[in-house]
Amino acid sequence: MFKRKSKEEKFKDVQATSNLTVIAREFAQDKFALGALIALSTLIVVIFGGSLFLNTSKVMEVSIMDQYNVPGTPGFLLGADQSGRSVLSELILGARNSLVIGFAVTVLMEVIGIIYGTVAGYYGGRVDNLMMRFLDFMLTLPTLMIIIVIVTIIPHYSMWTFILVMGAFYWVGTARLIRSKALSEAKKDYISASKTSGSSDLKIMFKELLPNLSSIIIVDSVLSLAGNIGIEVGLTFLGFGLPDNVPSLGTLIGYATDPDTLTGRPWVWVPASLLILVICVGISYIGNVLRRTADARQRLG
Amino acid sequence: MWKTILRRVLIMIPEVIVLSVLIFLLAKMMPGDPFSGMITPQTSAAQMHRLKLEAGLYDPWYVQYWHWVVRLFHGDLGMSYQFHTPVAHLIKSRAMNTLWLSLLTVILSYALAIPLGLIAGRYEDSKKDKAIQIYNYISYAIPAFVVYLLGLWFFGYILGWFPTSGSVSLGADGFWAVFFSRIAHMILPAILMALLSTTGVVQYLRSEIIDAKRQDYVKTARAKGVREKKVFSKHIFRNSLLPIAAFAGYSITGLLGGSIFIETVFSYPGMGLLFVNSITNRDYAVITVLVLLFGVLNLIGTLLSDIILSIVDPRIRIE
Repeated sequence: MFKRKSKEEKFKDVQATSNLTVIAREFAQDKFALGALIALSTLIVVIFGGSLFLNTSKVMEVSIMDQYNVPGTPGFLLGADQSGRSVLSELILGARNSLVIGFAVTVLMEVIGIIYGTVAGYYGGRVDNLMMRFLDFMLTLPTLMIIIVIVTIIPHYSMWTFILVMGAFYWVGTARLIRSKALSEAKKDYISASKTSGSSDLKIMFKELLPNLSSIIIVDSVLSLAGNIGIEVGLTFLGFGLPDNVPSLGTLIGYATDPDTLTGRPWVWVPASLLILVICVGISYIGNVLRRTADARQRLG
Repeated sequence: MWKTILRRVLIMIPEVIVLSVLIFLLAKMMPGDPFSGMITPQTSAAQMHRLKLEAGLYDPWYVQYWHWVVRLFHGDLGMSYQFHTPVAHLIKSRAMNTLWLSLLTVILSYALAIPLGLIAGRYEDSKKDKAIQIYNYISYAIPAFVVYLLGLWFFGYILGWFPTSGSVSLGADGFWAVFFSRIAHMILPAILMALLSTTGVVQYLRSEIIDAKRQDYVKTARAKGVREKKVFSKHIFRNSLLPIAAFAGYSITGLLGGSIFIETVFSYPGMGLLFVNSITNRDYAVITVLVLLFGVLNLIGTLLSDIILSIVDPRIRIE
């Protein structure tokens, strides 16, 4: 609810310096972060390793005989859902899909946001004014509703269209952040020096200015990744995210909108809920540690 | 200052126009037309054609857009296909529910965030501050709807402390009975939403207070021998609390977006649930109006916040 302004606030003190030893020292100092890192890495190995042995179309086969099998039934270690699918297999494939989609959306929105932000910040003045006006407008859009509407009117809708639709709306925050950093960076001497020596604007922007924002971009990507995974699962939970034939944690959690499942069959939705909590909080905590390392004044070690 | 406000209001006009064009075009892309709800097996194709011609559905899009805007200003928002009632009437009854829920959420959220922010700022780097920071990380990162579901399950069903759906009990009779029944239905969703929406205010207050501690006026107060407790309550807090008022407007965006999730989980009959139901039932007239309404409310919220900020903090007034 109050998340609007926070992105720039958070990065207020981020300096453009960071290296592996500093990061390692920071993780050694913060036991929570180390725990989160180990837990997440293990989860990712299990999820991607497990999904190698699973076939999506086979897992998603409906088998009414097995509907709501309780956990421990042979072949259903964590029980079965409404359509008799194994919850464990759905968890593994769903978590994999959420991670892949979150990653794809993050890459897409970072690319759009970085290009937009760098151009606005580098040129400044009237160009910046005009581009910022558009950003401010994008920020006031009821994004979630528009995405839901687009998702329902698009024909032939797949995982990739979903990624495109999300990427098309969530780059705005990144663009604002990169722009504010690029604006102050563009005033520095090395940029004017490069201009005087005749480098092209494109070269200055993307070869000289941008590398100096790399630590901010990395931190923003990690934090956005957590957010994007949450949004994807949330939309699928409402029924407007991934198509029905793609396993998702959101679908499993969505079964809980039926009060009978919510109270009587927790094995269907509780594991998926806990998994998404761990993934989102873990990734975001690691992002916060990275942010701290990028800011010399906040370091612990 | 009036100049700033006027400028800010003028900026909003093109934004509203662009927003309405965008939503109109989106509405045009939706399948179906205003007559979808009135078709009976007896309606012939020729009749349909005549109806559409009369309604101007074959005109160029900008002519149709103009007629749409004129109708909006006359209060004609179309008919709901799903409920067979005028959209305006339908939304009015749902909007009040969302409004009350949002209001209660904002109050609870501030009641929680202000003390937390003040403590975190005053006792910077202490155990208390660290605990508040961890709460902040978690409440920001956690996907809200999962918390709503877990809350509904635990407090609503297992402990049975709160009603689990609706906005008022059917049996409630009389003003006070209805009033308390409404509060009872809102309290759990409002608390859960408030718990997850404190991040912005807490962070802002904390950094404001930490900044203020090093300001000259605080040093002066200390040098004059004002007691530490009074330095905070009379000098620092008063200055740091003012800008917080501006967050209320920005929070509208988040509240409306969040209402979709909270109302779905709690089957609370507000605008968010109406939106989800209308999407499921392909009730496009309702969807269009709701998206437009949410968009305009967002714009007004941002406008309010910008105005409040420019009143309490003269530094940011644009000339």
